[in-house]
Amino acid sequence: MTDAPSTIAERSAEMLARATPTTIAVRVRGFSDRAIAWLFITPTIALLLAINIFPLIWAVYLSFTNFRANRPNAEVEGVGLRNYQRVLNDPDIWIAMQTTAHFVFWTILLQTVIGFAIAYLIDRKFRGHAFWTTVILIPMMLSPAVVGNFWRFLYQPQIGLFNYIVSFFTGIPPSSFEMLGSVALAPWAIIIVDTWMWAPYVMLICLAGLRSIPDYIYEAAEVDRASAWRQFWSITVPMALPFIMLAVLFRGIENFKMFDMVMLLTGGGPGSTTEVASITLKREAFESWLTGRSSAFAIILFVAVFGLANIYVKALNRVKQR
Amino acid sequence: MRKMTKALMGMSSALVLSTAIPGLAKADELTLCWAAWDPANALVELSKDFTAATGTTMKFEFVPWPNFADRILNELNSGGKLCDLLIGDSQWLGGSAENGYYVKLNDFFDKEGIKMGDFAEAAVNAYSTWPKGTPNYWALPAMGDANGWFYRKDWFAKPELQTAFKEKYGRVLGPPQTWDELKQVAEFFTGREIDGQKVYGAAIFTERASEGVTMGATSALYPYGFKYEQTPGKYDMDGAVNSPDSVTGLEAYKALYKCCQPPGYTDSYMGEGLDAFKSGQVAMAMNWFAFFPGLYKDEKVGGDKIGFFVNPKQKVAASTLGGQGISVVANTDNMDGALAYIKWFAQPDVQKKWWALGGYAVHNAVLNDPSFKASQPFAADFLVAMNQVQDFWQEPSYAILLQAMQKRLHDYVVADQGTAQEALDALVNDWKEIFEDEGKL
Repeated sequence: MTDAPSTIAERSAEMLARATPTTIAVRVRGFSDRAIAWLFITPTIALLLAINIFPLIWAVYLSFTNFRANRPNAEVEGVGLRNYQRVLNDPDIWIAMQTTAHFVFWTILLQTVIGFAIAYLIDRKFRGHAFWTTVILIPMMLSPAVVGNFWRFLYQPQIGLFNYIVSFFTGIPPSSFEMLGSVALAPWAIIIVDTWMWAPYVMLICLAGLRSIPDYIYEAAEVDRASAWRQFWSITVPMALPFIMLAVLFRGIENFKMFDMVMLLTGGGPGSTTEVASITLKREAFESWLTGRSSAFAIILFVAVFGLANIYVKALNRVKQR
Repeated sequence: MRKMTKALMGMSSALVLSTAIPGLAKADELTLCWAAWDPANALVELSKDFTAATGTTMKFEFVPWPNFADRILNELNSGGKLCDLLIGDSQWLGGSAENGYYVKLNDFFDKEGIKMGDFAEAAVNAYSTWPKGTPNYWALPAMGDANGWFYRKDWFAKPELQTAFKEKYGRVLGPPQTWDELKQVAEFFTGREIDGQKVYGAAIFTERASEGVTMGATSALYPYGFKYEQTPGKYDMDGAVNSPDSVTGLEAYKALYKCCQPPGYTDSYMGEGLDAFKSGQVAMAMNWFAFFPGLYKDEKVGGDKIGFFVNPKQKVAASTLGGQGISVVANTDNMDGALAYIKWFAQPDVQKKWWALGGYAVHNAVLNDPSFKASQPFAADFLVAMNQVQDFWQEPSYAILLQAMQKRLHDYVVADQGTAQEALDALVNDWKEIFEDEGKL
C-alpha cells in the first residue's frame, strides 16, 4: 500500500487542498467535522427557511385573517376559522375540486397505461430502439408554454390539424366541433395534451423498472414453461410495480396542481368547465385579492396533497417490501 | 494571486454596480406605464415633444392587455417604483384612490389652472373622479374610448347581397341601428361564401380570464336597459341587474354568439376579434375605438373597404366605456417631473396633436373643433359613443365584482349552463355577498 492518492478524485482533492491559502486552512483547523458540516449547510438551510418554510407559516397565519394584498393600509383582523368555513362551503370550489379529481384520474390512468406499454415495447431492444426512445421523450422536454400554444393551433376548428385528422377518419366536418370551446370536449382536449406530454416521463420510469428485472428470472420461467402472458403478469408487472407506483405518485402530485396547461389551453373555460383548483386559487389570490381566503384554500390543498401522498407512499413501501 | 483577487473583486464590483444603476431613478427621467396597444405607440411619438421641451427622458412600460391588470395592480400593491405615471383603467380608480396609490390632483389642478370643465363631462366622471361624479380628481382624462363596431363596407355594397338582403328583410343592407337589426345582418352573412371564402356574421368578445365577455355582453345589456342599481349609490341590485330587460339583453348577446360567431372564438377578445376581421372571416366585429385608426390604415381591409358604426341601441342608446385617465403614482421618486408631464399633457395644443397621432383626446378644444367630425371616418361615431357611455362598477372591490360577472356570463353565454335569468340572479347574489363583506350592505 502507498499513501499516494490513487483515483482522479483523490488527486483533485489533494491539489485543491494544496491550493487552499494557508490562512484559511489555519482558521478552519479549529473546527470539528460537525461544525464544518454545519458551516456548509447553514446557508442552504437559511435559504430554505426563507423561501419555503417562512412563506408556509405566513400563509397559515394569513389564512386566519381578513388580509387583502391590494389593501395594505386596511386593518388586518383575525377571523378565526371563517376563511376555512367559507372555502369548504363554497360550491364553486367543490366543483373545481371535482374537475381536478377528474383530470388527475384520467391523466394518470392514460399516462400509466400508455407509458408502460411504450416502455414494454422499447425494452424489447429492437433495431433503433435508442433513437425511438429519444424521439418519444421529446414532448416532455418542451416548455409547457410552447406545448400549450401549439396545441391551441392544432385544436383550432378552422385551420387546426387535429380537427382535420379527426375529420379524415370520421367524415365529420372539421369546423363542426370545437375541442377547446365545447363543454363536453374541452376537458378531454386537456387530458390528451397532458398525456401526450407526460406519458414519455412515465415510460422512462417504467423502462428503468423493466430493465432492473434480472434476466435469470425470465430464464427460470422459460425452463418452467411459463407462457409469455404468465411471465408478464407474474414477473414483469409485480417487479415493475414499485416503479409504476412511483411514476403515479409523481404525476399525481404534479397533476393535482396542474395550472399552466389548463391556463394556456382554455383559461378554465368554457364557463368554468375546466377550472381546476389551482386556477380557482390563482383567481381568488391574484385577481380577486382575497388573500386570507386564498391562503386558507392553499393550506387545504396542501394538506390534501400531503395527506394523500403520505398514504400512497406507505402503500408504495409495502409493495416494495413484498 | 493577490492581483487575481483584486481583479476578481473589481469585476464583481463592476457587475454589482452595473445591475444596480438602472434601478436608481434619475431626476430627469420618467416612466409611464400603460397597456401595449396602438395608442401607446402614438403616445411615445407625442412624448418626444415633452422631452424636447423639458429635457426629461421618457421611459415606457407597456404591458399586453391580458396581463395589464395583473402586472400593474401587483406593482401598485407591492409598493413598487416602476411607474411614475400610470394610464390605468377607470375601474381601478376606487381602489387606487382609497389605498393611496394615486395622488389626488385637485390642488395641483387649481394651482396650475387646469380645469376639468375643459374636458368632456362623461370622460371626467369616468376617468378622473372617485367617488364617481364628485369633484375629487385622481387622474386627468387621457384616452377616451368606447366599444364600437366596424364592418366590411365593400361586402355590404355588393349588389347581389343588397338585393338578397332587401328581399329577405325588406330594407337596405347597411350598418345596423338596433340590436335586432344587428342580429339580422349577422345572420344574413353567416355561412355565405364571399370572395371564395366562407364568412361569418360578427366577431364578439367571449374572453373568460380578464374582462372580455363582460365588456362584450354589457354592449348588449346596456341598450336593453340593464342597470347596476335601482337607486344609484344604494346597492339595490335586485330588479336592476336581473330585470326582465337585462335578461332579454343577455339572451340577445348569446343569440348573436350562437348564430354568427366564427368557430373557435369561444375565448376571444381584442386581438382575436381583430384577427377575425383582418383575415376576412367576419362581416362585422366589435372592438374598442382605440383600434379604429389602425384598422382604417390596414392595407387589406382598411380604407374604402371598412366602415364604422356606434354600438346599436335597443330600448336606449348606450355604449360600454373603455379608456383611461393618467394618474401620478404616489410612490414616485420624481413627483415634480410626473406633475409637469400632466400639466404639459393637459394643454389644448398637445391634446390636438394627441388626436392627430391616433390617441383619443377628450379635451373640448379637440371635440368641439368644427373640423373634428370630418377629421377621421370614425370621429363622429366616437362623439356619439362618448355621450352615451356606461361603465362597470368603479368600487375598490371592482376586481372581485368583475370576476363574478365574468364567470356567470361565460357560464351562460359560452358554456350553455342555465338560463339568462339564473345567470343574472346568481350574479346579484355574488355581488350582494361582496358588498356585504365590504360593509356596504
